[in-house]
Amino acid sequence: MNHDDIKSNVLTTTLESAINWGRKNSLWPMPFGTACCGIEFMAVLAARTDIARFGAEAIRFSPRQSDLLIVAGRISIKMMPVLIRIYEQMPEPKWVISMGACASSGGVFDTYSVIQGIDQFIPVDVYVPGCPPRPEGVVESLMKIQNLIDKEKLSDYALSSSK
Amino acid sequence: MLLEQTLAQIKEKFPDPVLETTEFAGEQILHVKGQDILTVLTALKANGFNFLADLTAIDNLTLGGYERFAVSYHLLCHKTAERLTVKAYVPEEKPSLPSVESLWKTADWQEREVFDLFGIIFEGHPNLIRIMNPDDYEGHPLKKDYPRLGRKERGDFPVIDRGIQKQKPSK
Repeated sequence: MNHDDIKSNVLTTTLESAINWGRKNSLWPMPFGTACCGIEFMAVLAARTDIARFGAEAIRFSPRQSDLLIVAGRISIKMMPVLIRIYEQMPEPKWVISMGACASSGGVFDTYSVIQGIDQFIPVDVYVPGCPPRPEGVVESLMKIQNLIDKEKLSDYALSSSK
Repeated sequence: MLLEQTLAQIKEKFPDPVLETTEFAGEQILHVKGQDILTVLTALKANGFNFLADLTAIDNLTLGGYERFAVSYHLLCHKTAERLTVKAYVPEEKPSLPSVESLWKTADWQEREVFDLFGIIFEGHPNLIRIMNPDDYEGHPLKKDYPRLGRKERGDFPVIDRGIQKQKPSK
């Protein structure tokens, strides 16, 4: 192998940025669609916005195979234990998008049965406003998640820094 | 035609259970006592009103009426396409009346819904448990005197943290 071959076939980087690059470009979303935002999320997957361009087209309906939870719709008091269980079933690292007014704040449903924002109980990374949000808004939130992942450090993880 | 005949027959046959008949917006409403609802509806079904289109309840707390609660049955005759609403009144102290599940299977879930949201007991119902609210829920939220924001049920969940992921970097 001569010098030119090495120059065109090898690149050097840090482990951290290689891992982040891999994670951010292969997000596997788990849609938790409970209302009209879930319908709008289907448009995000379709040809016009097409989140396959961001490597996030592998929609998994099993939380055990996904690392991005998209909560789309209002969460009732009967659904919240289900949402918590699904969040806990997802392997780490994991990220959460709260899509739309209802998931983020309860929206217009200020009643006994609707959770007033899922971030009271589970961590949320990016909120998307709108009722429902435009598909472009969801793509923007996906890019924001990618930016978050890009800035992560390996020492952000408790296991890696505990030694 | 059938509707007028039926109403006249029912009033004649059940002078005590029938409180009155009224008409509103072109629809006939038959007001009856809650305890006699099964016999009245059995007669109505035999008279041709064979279809239970809907079953729901009204809390008359601020509306007035014979009693606190009215369970309303929306009947339809498939032959003549005539409709009849039957309102059965149940008191607040003893909110119970016979189940009509034996007449119409569809009443099964609808009576469970009325029980869940209003706390009205349907005697003889095969499986009178909550249908929409969580099983351990307390109270009946469609009663007018139930607090609109509930009794802190919506804040009563464990707070989940990020696990091995620490707080996200701020920059």
